[in-house]
Amino acid sequence: MSSTSPLLDVSGLTKHFPIKGGFPIRRTVGAVQAVDGLDFQVAEGESLGLVGESGCGKSTTGRLITRLLEPTGGTISYRGQDITHASRRQLAPIRSEIQMIFQDPYASLNPRQTVGKIISGPMEINNINPAGGREKRVRELLEIVGLNPEHYNRFPHEFSGGQRQRIGVARALALEPKLIVADEPVSALDVSIQAQVVNLLQQVQKDLGIAFVFIAHDLAIVRHFSQRVAVMYLGKIVEIADRDDLYGNPRHPYTRALLSAVPEATVDDTPRERIRLEGDVPSPISPPSGCRFRTRCWKATEKCASEAPPLVQVEGNKAGHLTACHFPETQETVPAPRLSKDPETAA
Amino acid sequence: MTSTDQQPFLSVKDLKVHFSTEDGIVKAVDGLSFDLARGKTLGIVGESGSGKSVTNLTILGLHNPDSTEVEGSITLDGQELNGASESTLEKLRGNKMAMIFQDALASLSPYHTIGRQIGETYRKHTGASKQEARVRAIEMLRRVGIPQPDRRVDDYPHQFSGGMRQRAMIAMALVCDPELLIADEPTTALDVTVQAQIMDLLKDLQQEFGTSIIFITHDLGVIADIADDVLVMYGGRCVERGPKEEVLRTPQHPYTWGLLGSMPTLDGPVDVPLTPIPGSPPSLLNPPSGCRFHPRCAFANKVDGNRCATESPVLEIVDGRGNACHLTDEQRREFLADLAASKAN
Repeated sequence: MSSTSPLLDVSGLTKHFPIKGGFPIRRTVGAVQAVDGLDFQVAEGESLGLVGESGCGKSTTGRLITRLLEPTGGTISYRGQDITHASRRQLAPIRSEIQMIFQDPYASLNPRQTVGKIISGPMEINNINPAGGREKRVRELLEIVGLNPEHYNRFPHEFSGGQRQRIGVARALALEPKLIVADEPVSALDVSIQAQVVNLLQQVQKDLGIAFVFIAHDLAIVRHFSQRVAVMYLGKIVEIADRDDLYGNPRHPYTRALLSAVPEATVDDTPRERIRLEGDVPSPISPPSGCRFRTRCWKATEKCASEAPPLVQVEGNKAGHLTACHFPETQETVPAPRLSKDPETAA
Repeated sequence: MTSTDQQPFLSVKDLKVHFSTEDGIVKAVDGLSFDLARGKTLGIVGESGSGKSVTNLTILGLHNPDSTEVEGSITLDGQELNGASESTLEKLRGNKMAMIFQDALASLSPYHTIGRQIGETYRKHTGASKQEARVRAIEMLRRVGIPQPDRRVDDYPHQFSGGMRQRAMIAMALVCDPELLIADEPTTALDVTVQAQIMDLLKDLQQEFGTSIIFITHDLGVIADIADDVLVMYGGRCVERGPKEEVLRTPQHPYTWGLLGSMPTLDGPVDVPLTPIPGSPPSLLNPPSGCRFHPRCAFANKVDGNRCATESPVLEIVDGRGNACHLTDEQRREFLADLAASKAN
């Protein structure tokens, strides 16, 4: 983190979805605590990865940042300006700087519009007329994302899944945004196509200096894409650190369990240590008291049940590596990195 | 494969599955052969549309006979399944062979309790009473690790979490102790920690009952965890086959190289771009001539006389290991050495 003010500063961000019930008068009987007190920053041109399992609140976070959802509490400030509860009118100039890429390339493109219309849509809405006209700009964008500019007049159904996702990327780039929130941008794609889109996003990030909030459940892809990574569990960030610190020195038991559960396409003579978590993620309607991970944690004590651990730089962490755990893991308990990682080296 | 029997437990020979559609004939599977021994796991990898699911639906006889043309032979324990009558297949399905589907919520009936759905198969094949079936369902739920099975047996699918539903599906598939279990992407919809639980469960159950498993997935990491043998499919054909260790350590087909190169790892280099496979999977309505992978293959120009585009490579299997590619072993070694050298720099 730099000393200058970050591009995006989120503090105490909370979103509770009310649950209505009762008869004859429907009233709020509870709340799904989807996101509960998040603090993080994104610097200009930086890529922050948000990982976690389904229901951890990572997509809700993405929708809060883009203000597609109204936060229940906390603040979101963009370039020092508080946009937590900004009105549509106040948001209008900022909307063009924060764009989103969606998961499902089939549902996120209007089937009745041509590619040209889809990509120029954001320019029309914001009444932007680039030099040389919108069509020229769209053709440029198509070229940037690796599509044929001649496909300007085609419809989405004429494209494969990977190509559709490229159209989604082109649309997000149309307004030259400063921040892109990418919500599972490659998880609906085949393995060989995933790599194409990841490379494209990485190139876009480097060439155009766009900051990314990269939301995904695939730890290997997040590691590949993000300079900093936050691990979420049940609406809270349990650990946030620079990529190498997080993957090389995970301090939270959940981070460690998550990393050890990822199956890897290698055959090892010395099998990796495996941590098997019991049970499922508890319901966010009534999350466990204290540390939310304690019901599945092998180290949990009474302290974990009574006291929620703060997200702090625990002893032994480098600067910027924050962990929310009363009993953090130590370096010694982390298995040594394995040597054979590519099938080629064994050949 | 180390089969002590003269005949492998499951043997698929030159299987062809063609669908007639309005646009023409879709050659979903086009000449696939493999064997599976008792108590072993065969992992089938491939991308969407590679024919992996169709192969397995055909083994179970779940294809639509009106629009599907099936050629070749499928023998299970010496019994020919292709062309077998519906009543013969009905006796085998759920009893001797069973399937686990990807989407557990869509595969369970929302109107019936979990216990009833598990018991139904059992009653059909054993003629057990309702009470006996219920006892059996509770036992199965306990075996797959559902807490408080005697209470959960009366729950409906929506009361179960995603991981529990997948466990219930496994319980349903295993209720008659099948000898062949086909698992079609059983963990794809699950989170990694739950996926790890389910894979451990399948491994334990296999050890206990000696079930043969066909495990279909697009994830080579899952294959590395669970399979004994691997079959890589592309465009309805097998491009590479062999023991897991050999396929992952010394892959032979450019498509397998491409798959491995496309996947980021937890400990690989981060600042180099991934090496994806260019283009997209072929249409099976009008598949490419010759090797179906040649339009996307970086090595097609290394083979003399444009053979990749004109001549379909033959899959030669020696001792359970082989590939369908025109590259010579010499060229393959050269390439792998080059790659290792470039990685080292």
